[in-house]
Amino acid sequence: MSAARATVRLLGERVSFRVGRRLVATVGAVLLLLVVCAAIALYTGNSAISVDGVTAILLGDYAGSTSFEIYTVLDVRLPRMLAAVIAGGALGISGAIFQRLTDNPLGSPDLIGFTGGAATGALLVITTGGGLAVGTALGAFAGGVVAAAVILALAWRSGLEGYRLILVGIGVTAVLSAVRAYLLSRADLEDAQAGLRWLTGSLDGRDWGDVGIGAVACLMLVPATILAHRPLDRLAVGSELATAQGLTVSRWRIGIALIGTAWVGVAVVIAGPVAFVALAAPHILRSLTGGAGPLLLSSGLLGGLLLLLADLVGLRLFAPTQLPAGVVTAVVGGAYLLWILQRRRGRTMG
Amino acid sequence: MTGTDASPDALEARGVSLGYPRREVIEGLDLRIRRDSFTVLIGPNACGKSTALKGLARLIDPSRGSIVLNGHDIAHRRTRDVARELALLPQSPITPPSVTVGDLVARGRAPYQSLLRQYSRDDERIVRESLATTGTLDLIDRTVDELSGGQRQRVWISVVLAQQTGVLLLDEPTTYLDLAHQIEVLDLCARLHAEGRTLVVVLHDLTLAARYATDIVAFKAGRVVAQGAPAEVITAATVREVFGVECAVIADPHTGTPLVVPARPPHLGGETQPPAEPTHREDRSRS
Repeated sequence: MSAARATVRLLGERVSFRVGRRLVATVGAVLLLLVVCAAIALYTGNSAISVDGVTAILLGDYAGSTSFEIYTVLDVRLPRMLAAVIAGGALGISGAIFQRLTDNPLGSPDLIGFTGGAATGALLVITTGGGLAVGTALGAFAGGVVAAAVILALAWRSGLEGYRLILVGIGVTAVLSAVRAYLLSRADLEDAQAGLRWLTGSLDGRDWGDVGIGAVACLMLVPATILAHRPLDRLAVGSELATAQGLTVSRWRIGIALIGTAWVGVAVVIAGPVAFVALAAPHILRSLTGGAGPLLLSSGLLGGLLLLLADLVGLRLFAPTQLPAGVVTAVVGGAYLLWILQRRRGRTMG
Repeated sequence: MTGTDASPDALEARGVSLGYPRREVIEGLDLRIRRDSFTVLIGPNACGKSTALKGLARLIDPSRGSIVLNGHDIAHRRTRDVARELALLPQSPITPPSVTVGDLVARGRAPYQSLLRQYSRDDERIVRESLATTGTLDLIDRTVDELSGGQRQRVWISVVLAQQTGVLLLDEPTTYLDLAHQIEVLDLCARLHAEGRTLVVVLHDLTLAARYATDIVAFKAGRVVAQGAPAEVITAATVREVFGVECAVIADPHTGTPLVVPARPPHLGGETQPPAEPTHREDRSRS
């Protein structure tokens, strides 16, 4: 009907939906870049393996390759690339969910406590000596769940309103960062170092175990996210009109917040509390597409691209020195945030 | 469009108490909205008329009592089914950023849509019809932000029309509009009423209310003070009781309906009126 959106009707009109033309173009471009970055991640690296060699290994033809080359491609580069895409995707989706739920571009999970809870849980495990990867993941998961429960319970006032969620989240974030500072100050030097490294967020050494966790989570969370998309969109006219239009507002707000929390948990378990991807991915996508709709899965694609890119930059740009992906996203993301604020101010003052 | 039951009332509140946490605004409200009536709710700011409207539309759950729509208690019905029989336009609905008129009105189709069936040909046709009814079809591709106040209000009415309900609740649809646009919106309401819809509208202007309403309900401090045809409700005594304002009520020279003429003010030699009972300022942030 409007030029910006095309209506699609299939199967004798049993299926019908509308889609923004700019969204389709943007998603296409993001997918293309994602494929390019994935190829770079698979085909380049410290150990020089020929392009043909990598292709052969990926296609299952191991005849001309050494076992070290096979190991490098299949058990180092491939899982690391997949882990980056899944963790970044999880961050992008959770950011889109919480920014929409709070109706605020700063309402991203790393600023309102959800990521902080997972980080604190993991740090607790690391500094009490249980430095195993599985323990850290469990700690991150439990911490995220506890923090989310506390934030949602404190923000609930016969309904879940966005501004309350943000204010409560900021308060909980402050408390959690104090807890982390305390844990680090009490820990052994070695544990404190491991903890700090983990808190930066990194994809170093991620293996098929991490990818497996991510894949199972995606299998459950992607359908849930698709179901949540329309209700989240319908909330855009405000709780009152959304209720009058037949949406069970409180139930959906809680359900959607839980889905967002689960995505945060997935990302933190795989990559640690990587900064700014959740904030930036939906924001960039909104400005590219003109902003209609919650943009959940598309933010996920862009989030995956951003984290994969950050990991590649950290690995290759200053090689042989390696930067954790979390440092790259923090530097670039921080600069991006400042640029946005600067541009906004220029616009309102001009 | 309306339900099939024979009840003379489209909408009814039975002993309903409503309020916000720790603050009851309305207690024991009994209210009947006649089917096919154009009912206008009047009363001073913060008298509970908007709260009553929200209660009738299930935006606030009553702490006691029940709301009956077309013969059925709405507490026992799916909210989606209720949304096919009753639509509400809040006083200040939120416009999603950079939304077009067509996309906004399409949101009114939500109670008929599903995950797979998001925008059928029926939806498209009804969106266009709803816009045509309010005379805004030519605005369909414009963004809502660029519309004038009068246009925007007609578009919002199209949003609730797209729900295709027999009962329409409008919370102060003329507030912030100039006189010409107030009349435009009320003429539109009268046309919707004539087409067979039941309307419940909150208004502040008593003279306009008396012109357009078939029934008027006067609220004060959470209670219904008077209810009936405009000529029965809009009297000098009721206006004094509800608003604390001395006035004469004469016949509208054009329509014969009650016309409220406030008493001569002090600076023109009128008697100084006793100050009206302190009424709380309308708390707009509440919603």
